[in-house]
Amino acid sequence: MIDAAIEHVELARRPARRVLLGSVRELALLPAIGVLLVVGIVTSPAFFTTANFSNTAQFSAALGLVVVAESLILLTGSFDLSLQSVYGLAPMIGAWLIVPKDAQGLGTDWNPAFGILVVVGIGAAVGLFNGFMIVKLKFNAFIFTLAMLILLAGLQQGIVSGRTIYEMPHSFIYLGSAYWAGFPVSAWATGAVFVVAGLFLRYHRTGRAIYAIGGNLEAARAAGIKVDRIRIGVFTTAGALAALAGLMIAGQVVAVTANQGNNLIFTVFAAAVIGGIALEGGRGRMLGAFTGVVLLGLVNNVLVLRNTSTFWIDAANGAIILIALALARIVALVRT
Amino acid sequence: MTPTAATNGGRPEGAGPPAAEAVGIAKAFGQTRALDDVSVSVLPGECHAVVGRNGAGKSTLVAILTGLLRPDAGSVRLHGEAAPGLGDRAAWQERVACVYQRSMVVPSLSVAENILLNRGDASLVRWRELRRQARRLLLEWDFDLDVDAPASELSVEERQIVEIARALAAGARFLILDEPTAALDSHAVERLFERMRRVKANGVGILYISHHLEEIYEVCDRTTVLRDGRQIVTARVDELDRDRLVSAMVGGELARAIEEQAPARPQPGAETPRLVVRGLSVRTPLGSVADVSLHVGAGECVGLFGLRGSGTVAVADAVAGLVKPAAGTIELDGKPTRPGKVDAALRRGIAYVPEDRHARGFVATLGVAENLTLPIQDRLSRFGIVTGARRRAEAERLVERLQIVSSGPDQLLSELSGGNQQKVVVGRALASRPRLLVVVSPTVGIDVASKEALLGVVDRARADGTSVLLVSDDLDELRICTRVLVVRRGAVVKEVRDAPWDRHELIAAAEGLEVAA
Repeated sequence: MIDAAIEHVELARRPARRVLLGSVRELALLPAIGVLLVVGIVTSPAFFTTANFSNTAQFSAALGLVVVAESLILLTGSFDLSLQSVYGLAPMIGAWLIVPKDAQGLGTDWNPAFGILVVVGIGAAVGLFNGFMIVKLKFNAFIFTLAMLILLAGLQQGIVSGRTIYEMPHSFIYLGSAYWAGFPVSAWATGAVFVVAGLFLRYHRTGRAIYAIGGNLEAARAAGIKVDRIRIGVFTTAGALAALAGLMIAGQVVAVTANQGNNLIFTVFAAAVIGGIALEGGRGRMLGAFTGVVLLGLVNNVLVLRNTSTFWIDAANGAIILIALALARIVALVRT
Repeated sequence: MTPTAATNGGRPEGAGPPAAEAVGIAKAFGQTRALDDVSVSVLPGECHAVVGRNGAGKSTLVAILTGLLRPDAGSVRLHGEAAPGLGDRAAWQERVACVYQRSMVVPSLSVAENILLNRGDASLVRWRELRRQARRLLLEWDFDLDVDAPASELSVEERQIVEIARALAAGARFLILDEPTAALDSHAVERLFERMRRVKANGVGILYISHHLEEIYEVCDRTTVLRDGRQIVTARVDELDRDRLVSAMVGGELARAIEEQAPARPQPGAETPRLVVRGLSVRTPLGSVADVSLHVGAGECVGLFGLRGSGTVAVADAVAGLVKPAAGTIELDGKPTRPGKVDAALRRGIAYVPEDRHARGFVATLGVAENLTLPIQDRLSRFGIVTGARRRAEAERLVERLQIVSSGPDQLLSELSGGNQQKVVVGRALASRPRLLVVVSPTVGIDVASKEALLGVVDRARADGTSVLLVSDDLDELRICTRVLVVRRGAVVKEVRDAPWDRHELIAAAEGLEVAA
């Protein structure tokens, strides 16, 4: 009896309109992406080709992985600037331990599989440390992770005296250089991480707890959610993901430079925020963050194909980010 | 002290152990005894009211009954079992549900998710099932709410429904409602009572905290009066008439006593109104008023007395230009002020001492002299440059007048005591020699000596010709007033012209018990 009543209400209140409205934030970038596609097709015959999309995907894969990492932290209402240094330092140390001395290695010549474990382990360890200090000891996230960013970037420079590590074994660079079905493995991997993270946030109770923590921390605590544990866990996971992203980029360029990751964090924040991840926490979805990454990738691609001087690409990127933010703000205003 | 068991008639018998039982609770914070040997029980299906004026110990009792504070003495039993440990939030949550005054919903999540937040054992969320369950729950209790609505779009009333539903979903059969009607209009209050009756009928025990005494007679079975941390009486509401209830809250021996003090006399010229408010309607989350008219003459101090949430603060905010009224006019010296413009109000000579002095009153990281002279930088500066000597001279004058105790003009505000901070806030408001001073509860939370000094300063400013609008729920502060208006639920319900004030009369009017008293 009551079930029938509920069923009735359920049918009457199919939240189709609301689902659509709820996604406006996530889909706000679709028109911009459409415009870019048109511009690309019109201006360059090389644009609408599998090879170009494959390249663009590879170019964006590592960035996308760090965007997932940062978005998870942003959703809990915090952030981590030092992800960019993890992105540089973790693969640097991994490579350093496995390549021979004459390729700037330490000379330990470890097994590459072990090196990969070290890469992920360093990422997770730095994330755990950051999370512990910010959540438990209540350090200010900005200043603490800024200090970590500088420290880790310094270590990265220091251990190789500013030189570049190369001649890395095949298995170490596989993630960044191999292709599956004509598409880079890194793009497949990042795509998979986006899907898993999106589903996790939507369907796993810990994922929902992340939203609750970012939306109203006290309410989450009162509901019995283990707030501290989840927040630290998110920092740790994000660190590991950023390290994997660094491994990806190292595989793409078949080298680890002493300044790999420099300035990456600005682009990461830009992609997440224009994709609708709220800086104050609790709002945003992986789908949105994904469109943010796609948009920035396409902008870069179109500019490169048009032979825009590399010196102007940063300025163009900045302008695009500002425009995207303005559009997102307008969408938000229209909704209210 | 009436033992609770002695009046155990007329309620469902054999309904099992009390939903909650606190025995001999004592709690002290430093020298202050917040609770002293207080015993309260709430039976299944009963609504038990706890009333008392500010500082009576209600909040402390709630904190102890929700496991946020550990009592110094006494014990808490829930459903006949000893209360869980302080750290075990989940266990508390299953036994006690508290709807606090501040909202505990997550704005970015839907109603359904808020209700069932962190419920169940499954690690995956099944959305259809979640919505169904939430809908079933709302239907069962006959709450009307769309489970798919985002919580950020809910009204105060709807958020309360979510919190009550969440509490019931967690299996709690003991519900604490902490001033649930403070931000509701009268229709919403009626609907809340209807919901409470349904919840009670299903065997849930309710502890009801409220300032509004008439509500207690409408919806509660028993009431406990606290005063200064002591339990004055516990009785069935039909055995405790309104007169006795007010006496218990105010203090029996003082209830009818007329205060022994020289009444403040209106100054000559009080007949020419300086501030005239006509038909003012203001809506704020913390209280609203509709169609309020009042006037304040030169050299007059008009008290606006009302409970928290009655709308008194909304009037002050509107006069000071902090909020824009929905309707009505505010005139100063015969000319209308610009609604919702603080700087315009300041220029016209309206100075404001807000209630939350920490948020809006001063800059903790600046020194005493700089804080005192912030609003008069223009007067002290030449070409935008403020010279230390001029500021110092002006500040010293104010420090002297207000008897501010500090190590010097450069001592940071964050290092001063609460009383001295408040003196700085008031001094700052007076520094610009305002036409009208609007003050909200200026002596809340400060020591007795500072309180006397502050009230003296405000009174002298009035004697010097500044008009004062004093918003307060503290009867002590009203003694510097020349006239008192009582506000209840957004309307002026009483005007008392002649000091000294009859405490009983004022409280009865503010609580809405006038007819019976």
